Amino acid sequence: MSRPILLQGGRIIDPSQKLDERLDLLLVDGRVAGIGQALEAPAGCEVLDVAGLIVAPGLVDLHVHLREPGDEHKETIASGARAAVAGGFTSVCAMPNTRPPIDDPAAVGFVRAQGEHAGFAHVYPVGAVSVGLKGEEMTEIGELGAAGAVAISDDGRPVWDSGLLSRALEYASAFDIPYFSHSEELGLSAKGVMNEGTISTSLGLRGIPNAAEDAAVARDCIIAELTGGQLHILHVSTRGAVEIVRAAKARGVRVTAEVTPHHLSLTDEAVRGYRTEAKMNPPLRAAADVSAVRDALVEGVIDCIATDHAPHHYEDKEREFDDAPFGVVGLETALGVCVRDLVVAGRLDLPELIDRLSCRPAKIAGLPAGTLAEGSPADVVVFDAEGRWTCQPEEFYSLSRNTPFAGQELVGRVVMTLVSGRTVHNRREDR
Amino acid sequence: MTKTVEFGKDLTGLEGLSLAQITTILDVAEPFKEISERPIKKVPVLRGKTIVNLFYEPSTRTRVSFEFAEKRLSADTVNISGSGSSIVKGESLVDTARNLEAMRIDMVVMRHGSSGAAQFLADRIPSNVINAGDGQHEHPTQGLLDMLTIRDHMGGIEGRRVCIVGDILHSRVARSNIYGLAKLGAEVAVCGPPTLIPHGIEDIGVTVFKRVEEAIEWAEVLNVLRLQLERMEAGYIPSLREYNRFFGISVARLERAPRDVLILHPGPMNRGVEIDSHVADGPHSVILRQVTNGVAIRMAVLYLLAGGSPERAEAAKMENRA
Ligand SMILES: [Zn+2]
Repeated sequence: MSRPILLQGGRIIDPSQKLDERLDLLLVDGRVAGIGQALEAPAGCEVLDVAGLIVAPGLVDLHVHLREPGDEHKETIASGARAAVAGGFTSVCAMPNTRPPIDDPAAVGFVRAQGEHAGFAHVYPVGAVSVGLKGEEMTEIGELGAAGAVAISDDGRPVWDSGLLSRALEYASAFDIPYFSHSEELGLSAKGVMNEGTISTSLGLRGIPNAAEDAAVARDCIIAELTGGQLHILHVSTRGAVEIVRAAKARGVRVTAEVTPHHLSLTDEAVRGYRTEAKMNPPLRAAADVSAVRDALVEGVIDCIATDHAPHHYEDKEREFDDAPFGVVGLETALGVCVRDLVVAGRLDLPELIDRLSCRPAKIAGLPAGTLAEGSPADVVVFDAEGRWTCQPEEFYSLSRNTPFAGQELVGRVVMTLVSGRTVHNRREDR
Repeated sequence: MTKTVEFGKDLTGLEGLSLAQITTILDVAEPFKEISERPIKKVPVLRGKTIVNLFYEPSTRTRVSFEFAEKRLSADTVNISGSGSSIVKGESLVDTARNLEAMRIDMVVMRHGSSGAAQFLADRIPSNVINAGDGQHEHPTQGLLDMLTIRDHMGGIEGRRVCIVGDILHSRVARSNIYGLAKLGAEVAVCGPPTLIPHGIEDIGVTVFKRVEEAIEWAEVLNVLRLQLERMEAGYIPSLREYNRFFGISVARLERAPRDVLILHPGPMNRGVEIDSHVADGPHSVILRQVTNGVAIRMAVLYLLAGGSPERAEAAKMENRA
């Protein structure tokens, strides 16, 4: 067991306990041992002065792509988990669209083992809904759950067969496993590569209409209502989807939703100049959509923020826009973008942001995270809420650099991240 | 004389050009038209310059037009086409760019199937890049030659009503026409099946006609686009026959127009689909004039990007007569 750690004098923000105070936090044997004023350091304890910094439950990301197995030149579970803690995330959910996909218990075990071996953020596997992500045959969802999968998803693609979707949602509810939905009506997105609108028309790029997402979110909500299954909508990007989720929630459907930092921050203007680092799916939308997803996050219609961290090798992005793959990295910029565009911009206060980056996502996936209550895992992020820094992709721990935020000034910088009571990221020492 | 109009390194599209730049290109094309009418069709203005015609998509028409323009200006040219050549086969565009740079090419004329490819190349090499069509984005020299042809026949472009008919969604010719014509003060409309009209096109100042009869009643100029067979295969329209019936430009339709309508077509034509032969070969068709003007426009673009001064174009034309 590691030495006890006492974090002294920080501003502890823990929305799970409605806590926002200057207090000490004591971590012993990988668990939170106490929060209070002028806590006494036990024998052999490491004492860290965190005055002027925020101390919060480690961030939780329900949506990352770690590329292992199959594309280890883009990211590995270890490099992704390292990038996660650099960004303040102590728990991440790894999507199953690897090569081969995570569609059987052995593959789930592999992801867990690689995560444990790396020893950075906790890596929770998400299992596939359908065998081979083919959208045909249901996976052994119970077995996947028993092996450690915390959710099921065919992310990257929708489950287009409504019959399969309804059976999977129904069946998974027996094991309390949520379905993470990439909601996209493929017939409407067709071969689109960016948001459909004035900019796609002017660039001559094929557009993906909002309706491709809206129609799919509506269908998914209706099937969740039919089956009583737990539906989580990944990466909401449109104002229409927001209204559909709002209406479904009002009817009592078990649906939650997430939004990415890039959809909260950028519009399809970022694509101008054929910038492949602004190419992702769903695409960056119009200003009206950005303000709708921001408002929805503030109101709670959208429950949480997730990065959809999608690493790609620079060679794959350094090409014609049509041929470049979808996806951007996000683990190391999420906090800086969210503090800048949500907190500094006056839309959320810090406790509300931490709620959406930690407490709520932990609840959605049923993870032992998102709280600093006594006895809970000692997963902690320490950050400087006013720290301004310039996003320089060459400094990323991720193996990939594909970010639309390169060169931007971000606000809110992770100083230290602790997982199970061990310091796994420390800016004071590293760089 | 007003101050000299400057040009950038590249011509990737008309969206980024100013009114003065477009007018200058059209004006410089005028003296170059005459060179093509001489027995010895050559002037030495680009002597010693090397130009690569890099065609990832087959386009005999555009490539030949550029090649004539280059040769008539005495440039050394190399043609590389997508199918079968080793510089292109299996090589990424960024590697091709590096190779071209290593060979110290002065200018690259590129046709590519992806929107933005010309910009991609232009950002990575010091040579001048001329876009000969990138995906569904722009085909600026086609737009310019269309404008030169309209100007020749209508005496000007400002205030003229031009309608582009056909597959606007997939057309780089349409985009270059829209941007260029709007800058020169024309009123621009488009007409075609709604499945082939891009959403949001009204936002860039374009009127949309759903019926070709309305377009013909309104327009002074029709620029009729080629309908690709693939559009039918991809389900945008049910059949070529139906397309011809509802959107084809026929003599019968034109006879009902309140005025003579000038007919342009960027070619190659599908006679009997988007345009009937009697219209294509009729008295108001300027389709072959477009081909002639194409060479002059491309000479003007090559000359200006190579640093030629607009004021000296007339003198440059006379150089080999001394
Ligand atoms: Zn997705």
